[in-house]
Amino acid sequence: MSKTPAGTLYRGREGMWSWVGHRVTGVAIFFFLLVHVLDTALVRVSPDAYNAVIATYKNPFMALLEAGLVAAIVFHAFNGLRVILIDFWKKGPKYQAKMLWGVIGLWVVVMVPFLIRHLSLAFTGGH
Amino acid sequence: MAVSTEIQAPRSGRIAPEYTRHGRSKGNFEMGAWLFMRLSGVVLVVLIFGHLFVNLMVGEGVHAIDFGFVAGKWADPFWQVWDLSMLWLAMLHGTNGVRTIINDYAEKDGTRITLKTILYVASAVIVVLGTLVIFTFDPCPAGAAAELLPSFCQA
Repeated sequence: MSKTPAGTLYRGREGMWSWVGHRVTGVAIFFFLLVHVLDTALVRVSPDAYNAVIATYKNPFMALLEAGLVAAIVFHAFNGLRVILIDFWKKGPKYQAKMLWGVIGLWVVVMVPFLIRHLSLAFTGGH
Repeated sequence: MAVSTEIQAPRSGRIAPEYTRHGRSKGNFEMGAWLFMRLSGVVLVVLIFGHLFVNLMVGEGVHAIDFGFVAGKWADPFWQVWDLSMLWLAMLHGTNGVRTIINDYAEKDGTRITLKTILYVASAVIVVLGTLVIFTFDPCPAGAAAELLPSFCQA
């Protein structure tokens, strides 16, 4: 017998996967934030130290990691607003699944121009 | 015969202390934390989207970021307040999120306490360090090469 109950409202559907995505992106962003405060703190060491570390970020490989980071942030941001609507808007729970598709749509709308701009800057070397 | 099922409204008001899962001292901490996540979340969307737009999308994007860029921003109290708010809200929001995840998955008391202790120490160090950096930052440090510094240092 399958351990997975069939046809539950939540398990294995939009509600569960958005929850998983929110946790995974949240943890990833948090660990980045710890590193990001440390690298920015190098401005207090010397201009050379800060510039040397930031220079290692300005290459296509890091640009792809940054694209992944921004993708995680944008999802977490829009899904977080969805969570707020589920909690505070009377019709939020009814539309929670539809709102996830709204989140994904907005995510695409933001990510496409971001990727075009950021990756073209990163891959052309700027200036 | 139709069976009518009337669902009683949940009992409201105080829950007797013997039925709560925590001691009396904890008060409404968890509800405060829940509310904080939502309020700080809305503010962080604005702060972080603005941060990403100004630092990565405008002008030369990521290529413009160096010591002079940061010094130029923090010469303006507007960006000091912006970055300080972002630091505190994001760190509290992230720490509370990771605390929730540790509570969910670390089942042994010892593991949970150890992980949360590491989390709180790391978060406190980062918040204090970031705050000190913003407030004690010197855009024109003595002895640094002039071409690395923002233009207003030469005056």
